[in-house]
Amino acid sequence: MINNSTMSRVDWSAQISKVRLFLTVQLPALYKRYPFAVIGAATLLLMLFIAIFAPLLATVDPQAVAPLNRLKPPSWEYWFGTDALGRDVYSRVMYGTRVSLTVGISVAVLSTVIGLAIGLITGFVRWVDAIVMRIMDGLMSIPSILLAIALMALTKASIENVIIAITIAEVPRVVRLVRSLVLGLREQPYVEAAAASGTPLLKTLLRHILPNIAAPLLVQATYICASAMITEAILSFIGAGTPPNIPSWGNIMAESRSLFQIAGYLILFPSIFLSATVLAVNYLGDGLRDALDPRLSRRM
Amino acid sequence: MSNKQKQLLELKNLCKHYPIRKGLLSRIAGYVYAVDGVSFSIYEGETLGLVGESGCGKSTVGRTILRLIDPTAGEILWRGERIDELSRTEMRPFRKEIQAVFQDPYSSLNPRMRAADIVSEPLRNFEKLSQAQGRERVSELFALVGLRPDQMLRYPHEFSGGQRQRLGIARALSVKPKLIMCDEPVSALDVSVQAQVINLLGDLQQEFGVSYLFIAHDLAVVKHISHRIAVMYLGRVVELAATDELFERPSHPYTEALLSAVPIPDPTRQRKQIVLGGDVPSPINRPSGCHFHTRCIYAQARCKVEEPALEEISPGHFVACHFKLNT
Amino acid sequence: MSQATGKSILEVKDLRTYFYTRDGVVRSVDGVSFSISEGETLAIVGESGCGKSVTSLSLLRLIPSPPGKIVSGSVLYHGKDLLKLSDDEMRDIRGDKISMIFQEPMTSLNPVLTVGRQIGEVLELHRHCTKEQAHERILELLKLVNISEPERRINEYPHQLSGGMRQRIMIAMALACDPEILIADEPTTALDVTIQAQILNLIRELRDRTRAAIILITHDLGVVAEMAQRVVVMYAGRKVEEASVFDLFAKPMHPYTLGLLNSMPRLDDSSSKRLVEIPGMVPSMRTEIVGCAFAPRCSEASERCLIESPVLQDFGNGHTVACWNPVAVSRDKA
Repeated sequence: MINNSTMSRVDWSAQISKVRLFLTVQLPALYKRYPFAVIGAATLLLMLFIAIFAPLLATVDPQAVAPLNRLKPPSWEYWFGTDALGRDVYSRVMYGTRVSLTVGISVAVLSTVIGLAIGLITGFVRWVDAIVMRIMDGLMSIPSILLAIALMALTKASIENVIIAITIAEVPRVVRLVRSLVLGLREQPYVEAAAASGTPLLKTLLRHILPNIAAPLLVQATYICASAMITEAILSFIGAGTPPNIPSWGNIMAESRSLFQIAGYLILFPSIFLSATVLAVNYLGDGLRDALDPRLSRRM
Repeated sequence: MSNKQKQLLELKNLCKHYPIRKGLLSRIAGYVYAVDGVSFSIYEGETLGLVGESGCGKSTVGRTILRLIDPTAGEILWRGERIDELSRTEMRPFRKEIQAVFQDPYSSLNPRMRAADIVSEPLRNFEKLSQAQGRERVSELFALVGLRPDQMLRYPHEFSGGQRQRLGIARALSVKPKLIMCDEPVSALDVSVQAQVINLLGDLQQEFGVSYLFIAHDLAVVKHISHRIAVMYLGRVVELAATDELFERPSHPYTEALLSAVPIPDPTRQRKQIVLGGDVPSPINRPSGCHFHTRCIYAQARCKVEEPALEEISPGHFVACHFKLNT
Repeated sequence: MSQATGKSILEVKDLRTYFYTRDGVVRSVDGVSFSISEGETLAIVGESGCGKSVTSLSLLRLIPSPPGKIVSGSVLYHGKDLLKLSDDEMRDIRGDKISMIFQEPMTSLNPVLTVGRQIGEVLELHRHCTKEQAHERILELLKLVNISEPERRINEYPHQLSGGMRQRIMIAMALACDPEILIADEPTTALDVTIQAQILNLIRELRDRTRAAIILITHDLGVVAEMAQRVVVMYAGRKVEEASVFDLFAKPMHPYTLGLLNSMPRLDDSSSKRLVEIPGMVPSMRTEIVGCAFAPRCSEASERCLIESPVLQDFGNGHTVACWNPVAVSRDKA
């Protein structure tokens, strides 16, 4: 019958050559065409790596308090220095990556899924549209950060609640995007053609509408991710976000607020990481937008 | 002629009025009289051409027949059965018999679906097919419309405009319909490709006996492919006749003007050109009586007041005019 | 170039306009030459993508410069090469000596300026008129293009006018400074056929009155037959045939021209004739074309056609063809 060992050996070499092709040919080509997007993706992968392997990358326990070593500037022992409680800033920043990425990605995914569901319904059912859009307009008229702060004020501080609060603030934008895309797509001849072919409504949604809004949604999701990371940092900075015992980039900066004149490095490193990550996500989003759009409109 | 052939489609006084809403409370400020009392029939195996300029309502008629738009009034009968008031689900079985080919080859195909899936969509809505059966049917359809079956798995943007239109035709054919509504099927194509598609439609009609409602603004194209032609102006049919009869003995002043306005590719021909004054009136504020009286060179007092009915002046030749020409 | 009437006022020599895109170089105009005499109407005809519009834009140097570039050639206007003029000098010529009307009147007119303002702009720029002088002239122009109630229309916005009227405004703008050459790029393609008849009629009347030369870009051979005195046929960026309008329709020599004429449904044909197709499709402009661009679709193609790009040969009376195997048959009438 099938010899498992030969099957797997054959598979491996095929996979290796695929990877080699990617690294030697496709990646440089991608870089040539979308340099910023590739840099962004690489940076993001680096952050992901840091988030996953934080325990291995951190030099000491991020919570470990060592008052004797407090406010030491960056040195060989403490790469990013220590904070007011003597905690190693480098290790805290490494762990902080987890929080930011978790919040960023969770909010992006959640708000896209919820916004998609609501947007689809409003695009098709007129009376729902009227009610829901008024609510969305109301939510959008409140600056998202203030909205998030208000929501956090109603609950206790935790990462889950931060995610929920920021999601609620971001959903209206997704709904608006989905709704306008759906309304536009409904008029497209190929959607009409599907109706003329006898395609039932649900299949039309799945087969014709969804695939054609996926691209803009994906691009929007990356921007939401970037925005959510900044919002989380701001929330933590003012003490309305991640609880202080969990290191997040915003937290680290918050604790060092009053000290930044004598120990600027305390704010410097977390903000570099935050900026780099947000920039990377934005570049990736821009690259995706450019890559996905022309293909759709290219004609022979 | 028409009595012997089976009647497939009959329109009785079809109307489509779009309300115009203005103001905070969306009150109705007026109507766009896109289609205002259109009646004609289509028989088995024939092509009825529907011509007119922009705003005449021909596309709306086509869409209403397919129930992509709901009529405001009037009846649509398919083989004797009324289909104008059916719900979306009740309408489904009729979609096997009435299909459509749309104007824009670039937007009438889902850019994210493979050609094979696009072409087989109507088929798969009505029959359960295995992958192999599906492939086979799609291959047949591709061959029928002159496409290579090995391109089945490509995406629309990999085809040219003419090829995409063929895909649209293959899609319409997949369920072996009796009538295909063609809404400006060659307008967006280059001249050298138009001929290919026009010939294809003619061949398919010869082979399968399918009827066409051929909606277009290009008179030369319509003349070539239609057996009978209906001329529309501002939502109404002003003349309906067999093709040769219409071109040799046009009876309505608008038809006459339309025919004389089409440029003929022959520099030696000097034609008496009737150049109509003014612009096409808006379908919101239509002129009273005969809608054409504002631009008609033969208009009399009666035309301003009384709307002419569609009358049969010779077998199969209908005109809506008080002072018919060439009779 | 032997001309029956007049001296040539515009000579285009070996014009090449390329577009440098991410996917490659698109050779939209690849070595096109023609000339136009005083008061003559020249039609440039071809299908979409053949380069006729790009040619007309190149004449006035209206090619968007990052992707596009007029790579070589010359456009001699009364002996002066327009391609070598400075931007200011070129601006003086546009709208004044050589003007253009475009296909889409809605998007070619500024939606936030009144009609009077837009025509007035042309007059202010080139004739340095005062407001009152301009007003008079604008009314004159509106009457010239048969616009009813010109006093009222002068203050209206483009969206208040119909397609036909907007096109008349464009023509009024183009004729405001009595140009020597009028370039009309598909002027009636977007209009209904009865309105097209009006506009073509108008252009003919104005042509007789002002003696302007007209370069008419179109894909409609019927319009060509009605309007033009000489015709240039383009395919894939190259000129394939040029002749007087009578010669072109009676004795087309390039297989493509013949194919076009045969594949068009016509009002004066008997309706049962099957249309003669041109097989295949227009080649992609992104790859360099070796040999004759039409060869893959041509029934007369020979080995030579695939390798060597045909040169223009003169067959007398100004009838030139770029083909190794020209057809020498006169078209039969059905």
